[in-house]
Amino acid sequence: MARRGDLQGRAAMTEETNEDQSSYSRQEMMVVAASRALVDGQVCFVGIGAPSTAANLARRTHAPNLVLVYESGCIGAKPTRLPLSIGDGELAETADSVVSVPEIFNYWLQAGRIDVGFLGAAQIDRFANLNTTVIGPYEHPKVRLPGAGGAPEIAASCKEVLVMIKMNKTTFVDPLDFRTSIGFGDGAGSREALGLRGRGPTMVITDLGLLRPDPVSCELVLTDLHPGVSLEEVREMAGWRLRISETLSRTVAPTEAELTALRALESAGSVKK
Amino acid sequence: MAQLMELDQAVSELIHAGDTVAMEGFTHLIPHAAAQETIRQGIGDLVLARLTPDLLSDQMIGAGCVAKLIFSWGGNPGVGSLHRFRDAIENGWPRPMEIEEHSHAGLTNRYVAGASSLPFAILRGYAGTSLLGKTANIKSVECPFTGEQLAAVPALNPDVAVVHAQQADSAGNVHIWGITGVQKEAILSSRRSLVTVEEIVDHIDLRPGGIVIPSWVVTAFVHAPGGAHPSYAAGYSERDNQYYSDWEAISRSREGFKQWLDEVIYKGERR
Repeated sequence: MARRGDLQGRAAMTEETNEDQSSYSRQEMMVVAASRALVDGQVCFVGIGAPSTAANLARRTHAPNLVLVYESGCIGAKPTRLPLSIGDGELAETADSVVSVPEIFNYWLQAGRIDVGFLGAAQIDRFANLNTTVIGPYEHPKVRLPGAGGAPEIAASCKEVLVMIKMNKTTFVDPLDFRTSIGFGDGAGSREALGLRGRGPTMVITDLGLLRPDPVSCELVLTDLHPGVSLEEVREMAGWRLRISETLSRTVAPTEAELTALRALESAGSVKK
Repeated sequence: MAQLMELDQAVSELIHAGDTVAMEGFTHLIPHAAAQETIRQGIGDLVLARLTPDLLSDQMIGAGCVAKLIFSWGGNPGVGSLHRFRDAIENGWPRPMEIEEHSHAGLTNRYVAGASSLPFAILRGYAGTSLLGKTANIKSVECPFTGEQLAAVPALNPDVAVVHAQQADSAGNVHIWGITGVQKEAILSSRRSLVTVEEIVDHIDLRPGGIVIPSWVVTAFVHAPGGAHPSYAAGYSERDNQYYSDWEAISRSREGFKQWLDEVIYKGERR
């Protein structure tokens, strides 16, 4: 099994890479960084949107044996184009096995068979709890979001969780308007007290950098800055006083191979094969 | 034994105002034709149960058919918001709508308990989430063997389940393949069931991964080719992605939606 981080290649802050940052977008940097976080051979429960793009990119680059599981019951899906919904026909046609919805949640997710869950959200807090339900009060929401879907149990039961979210003042908030899915709850010890079996979030991948939970307090710490992003910019975006790692690293810019694979994947997205 | 009916007859005989109706189909085989016929007949005050309220629910909610929605994810997959769903929750239009909100795992297990004729189901779920305080139908139970705390959700036993399938034979045995979702549990948990199918065949050739639901648990079956449109029926049709994109503009305003309702549902051809 390949080790995570083969491509993570943290360059030291002092060795600023000379990559041309106009050759890729921050969105692309986020997707590439997320794909690098997946390890070949892992079993990954994938949500639709950016997590699905990242997981499929990983399968086309460093993790060809990544097992993609979609909540529609598709286990081992190998889509040739990006699905628009978690139940596209392509997912079922290319899957090793297609099971019912009760089975995917009870026998596969709840039973702890999934290595890594991949989630997005509208809001995240300092302990990586996620909101996909409402902005504003639940009874009188300012914005009603889609809700939980599979996320609460993905967050609880996968061995670990990766979160993908763009970083700005509306997404990095404390407190959340609603806790749809648990990260580390109120901090150290929360997951254990609730009897959750998975380790919880191990990395939060954003368009500006990467965050990881502090091993003791479980609070998110900025550990990596993407190329061309300043520390001030990141600090300004967080709705709380963001902790910065003392050994802050610089993410390696997307390689030509990664960008080519990503763009091929996205341009094939709407084309029926 | 299942009875073969026309769509309008099946809807009027099986779905009544005030019923709890499960309309299932997890991104695949969504029973749109039956839902639109329900709107056309003006059957209201419904408690609609659906894991993924998508366009089907948006249309029924906007038309004022839904008094309460039991759900776990409400969006337009791959596109964005459901505007009629949001308008009902945010502004109470066209009528106030009560919601009972779950996770997929929780609502799925409500059906599993219902199909099993058990009072409730248990799962490892909801721990540490705000849903616990907002949805009365989520409680905690202690395992009598280990003492572990688990989530409990009550059985869901709808008055009627509505699903779409690829095939039925002439006796009304129902054949579904591809993504089978929670349709079997929806049918088995409900008092009555209405199944629309793409094709009525002489003999069922079971497909890999396919399931057969015996005719004696089906109340009515209807020949409704294309009845899942704009979703799809594996082996018969492709998902109409353009329709999902177009729905964004149609549903964004109340006026746009009312115009669609008038032209497509009340006056026009089934779409």
